[in-house]
Amino acid sequence: MEKNTIIELKNITVEFDGEKVLDDMSLSIKDGEFVTFLGSSGCGKTTTLRLIAGFLEPDSGEVFFDGKNMRGVPPYKREVNTIFQRYALFPHYNVYENIAYGLRVRKVPEAQIREQVTEMLRLVNLQGFEKRNVTKLSGGQQQRVAIARALILKPKILLLDEPLAALDLKLRKDMQNELKNIQKQTGITFIFVTHDQEEALSMSDTVVVMNAGKIQQIGSPIDIYNEPENAFVADFIGESNILDGIMKADYNACFAGHCFPCLDKGFAPGEEVDIVVRPEDVDIVKAGEGMLRGTVTSVTFLGVHFEIIVDIGGFKWMIQTTDEHKEGEDVGLVIEPDAIHVMKKSEYSGQYGDYSSYSDEIDTLNVIEEEEE
Amino acid sequence: MKKALGNVFIWIIYLILYAPLLVMVFFSFNEGRSTSVFSGFSLKWYAELFASRDTMTALQNTLVLAISSAVIATVLGTAAAMYMYYLRNKAWKATMKTVTNIPMMNPEIVTGVSMMLLFVFIGRMLGADNSLSFGTLLIAHVTFNLPYVILNVLPKLNQTDPHLAEAAQDLGSTPMQAFVKVVMPAVIPGVISGFLMSFTMSLDDFVISYYTTGSDFQTLPLKIFAMTKKTVKPDMYALSSLIFITVLILLLIINISQIRQEKKNASK
Amino acid sequence: MKKRSFAQRIAGAPYILWAALFIVIPMAIVVYYAFTDADGNFSFANIRQLADYKETFLISFEYSFIATIITLVISYPFAYLMSKKSAASQRIMMMLVMLPMWMNLLIRTYSWMNILERNGIINNLLGLFGAEPLKMIGTPGAVIFGMIYNYIPYMIIPIYNVMSKIDKSLLESAEDLGSNGLSKLRRVILPLSMPGVISGFTMVFVPSVSTFYISQKLGGGKVMLIGDAIERQMQTSYNYNLGASLSLVLMIVILISMIVVNRFAGDDDLLI
Repeated sequence: MEKNTIIELKNITVEFDGEKVLDDMSLSIKDGEFVTFLGSSGCGKTTTLRLIAGFLEPDSGEVFFDGKNMRGVPPYKREVNTIFQRYALFPHYNVYENIAYGLRVRKVPEAQIREQVTEMLRLVNLQGFEKRNVTKLSGGQQQRVAIARALILKPKILLLDEPLAALDLKLRKDMQNELKNIQKQTGITFIFVTHDQEEALSMSDTVVVMNAGKIQQIGSPIDIYNEPENAFVADFIGESNILDGIMKADYNACFAGHCFPCLDKGFAPGEEVDIVVRPEDVDIVKAGEGMLRGTVTSVTFLGVHFEIIVDIGGFKWMIQTTDEHKEGEDVGLVIEPDAIHVMKKSEYSGQYGDYSSYSDEIDTLNVIEEEEE
Repeated sequence: MKKALGNVFIWIIYLILYAPLLVMVFFSFNEGRSTSVFSGFSLKWYAELFASRDTMTALQNTLVLAISSAVIATVLGTAAAMYMYYLRNKAWKATMKTVTNIPMMNPEIVTGVSMMLLFVFIGRMLGADNSLSFGTLLIAHVTFNLPYVILNVLPKLNQTDPHLAEAAQDLGSTPMQAFVKVVMPAVIPGVISGFLMSFTMSLDDFVISYYTTGSDFQTLPLKIFAMTKKTVKPDMYALSSLIFITVLILLLIINISQIRQEKKNASK
Repeated sequence: MKKRSFAQRIAGAPYILWAALFIVIPMAIVVYYAFTDADGNFSFANIRQLADYKETFLISFEYSFIATIITLVISYPFAYLMSKKSAASQRIMMMLVMLPMWMNLLIRTYSWMNILERNGIINNLLGLFGAEPLKMIGTPGAVIFGMIYNYIPYMIIPIYNVMSKIDKSLLESAEDLGSNGLSKLRRVILPLSMPGVISGFTMVFVPSVSTFYISQKLGGGKVMLIGDAIERQMQTSYNYNLGASLSLVLMIVILISMIVVNRFAGDDDLLI
């Protein structure tokens, strides 16, 4: 059965103080999907969420909800609910009253409220917490209250703005599973915003990678990882070796001073391209037996595998392997055709270098992102 | 030893702090007219106090002024704090804050004089003989109360999650409902303490009132001032003792309820 | 970006209007009166006349400076001792410090006059022992004492507030790093409590320098401060122009000294 489009964004532009936060963005989201907006701080993902929730009107372009234009419809009239970054629980109400809030505003009879709140508490595993003060709950418990408070209204869409950013790693993993389960149980469309690529890949049906107010790629997690559309996506999602290359012909890509058979076609002969090779797709063999030859300059043990940097003609390759190698060792590299991914040149070409120095990407990932306003 | 010395120091300070209050209470029961020679125990000054229409009018005036100026300042100040909280223009915000601080930084006498001159100036332009009245006194009290309200409400707003109002709207409240049900409860403690502070500042004010009131409206502090120009009879002490005891009881109640609340929270 | 609603925009309008009319314009009016004569003509006469009040200004600043320093010297150890008591005692002690402020300043001062005057309580007591009466009222000492007495809570409260918030682990780490009692006080507590000292200083100095009631009652009419001079012009001589120029100078001098004090503390952010 073909699913209906529930949200459609058409040519949306949003400017703050003359700066384009969203630049002519179009997107459609299908009913019942788990969609994630992935990008770093300031890419426009939270702005997109606020457009859908109704806290913001686009400067140009339209938002359609179930085919209806939403321009001028205030947040309280939209069948959309939000989980805020720091939950925004009402501190002067207890758990029960927080969850009941939306129903009370709608003047639902008390008996029905009690029944539904009880059901929600069961859904989020907080039975017995009715009378608790929300400010005294742990982060994970507050999160559950926020989810229950939003879901009790049976929204068509649930918007989640970095809901897991404030939790510690272990709790974050648990909540990821729980959110995924709740989404499956309820069938509600989830639109999730995160800067954590792992979270995005593991939870979503569809990932929307964003940067500088533009969508870089939309696709399933597997597509996004295996077939990045440009150097930005390739670099942002997972680790990658990104090289300049030339398509000699269909199924034949030349880079790093060698021509490789590959699975890509459809480029003009001699077209300049970007080549992506994932670190885990490179095999290390004895020197002279591989297609490329280089020197191991660094070996880091990471438990499951080694991270090895190999210098080939000045370009530092990152390779992940379970075999141990020594620094200074001469090795050969083998790259299979299906390990090579060819991308068209884009504005991001050449921006992402090799692994000659560690990026600070890891550090910034764990920092709770400030609101992009 | 060191500790004992410290305690002696503390007790001496408290003794000095309370000495005039003790003198006041003690001599309010004096039989004679003197406030420094005790000639026998009597409640006659208390009886006289309640019989004096003048004093009762002044008391009533003081309360009317304190309540009305505190109410006006609380409404205006709370709205102003909200406005300042949402202000995005930094220079304008800084200007607002500086202007708000002026009545607090300026010596009371300068505030009093400046307002008196304003009223006199306007009065002259309008050709009035006497430009000072209850109205001008009320304006002056509202003016010096406003910063206290703003300084109590603004920090409460700053502590509130900016997404609370959005969350309420998201759950179906109109912006007005969101404000009443969610934002107001969060700032209400600040509004209340701002109101109480205004009320007491106004109740106690002498200097600014002295310059801005008309001859037809006398408050207790003004009356006390007029009386201390001559010799004070123990009836003023009796009145002050009564005010003091009332304040003491109020403070005790507030403190005890606060301690209870804290215990309740801690036991949760 | 927060898009403000109409209601949010107009919420400030009454206050802005109020502040303009009753805070900003009165300041301008003071300047206007200071530079005009009784008929409203531009004149420097009032400013020139200020020279007659040089002594008054000097005395006011001298007395209130001395009072503020003594207040600080008493309040600092008091606040320190207080901050070391149990939480319950601290609460009670704090209340006891604030309580006298709820009594009208006029009454408190008048009561001191009763205690200190020639036929007052102290001299009566001394008389019982046959001692000669002491002359206290009418001396600068009595005026300075009155300032200290009336405004000491404004010094104790901010210093105590800052001290009670000093992280206990800071003191422990100071001990851990080898500070004994005195150097702990000097190197940790003193610098951290400076903001309280600064705000206490201004909160005592400003009302002291501009008082008129204290000097009238405890100075026995022999000590004239700026406040008294202003009061006389405004309420007795009805020379509003001279009163305005005196107020203007008082305001400017206080503003300058506050800026100096705040700079000295390395903190140029006044109040809020």
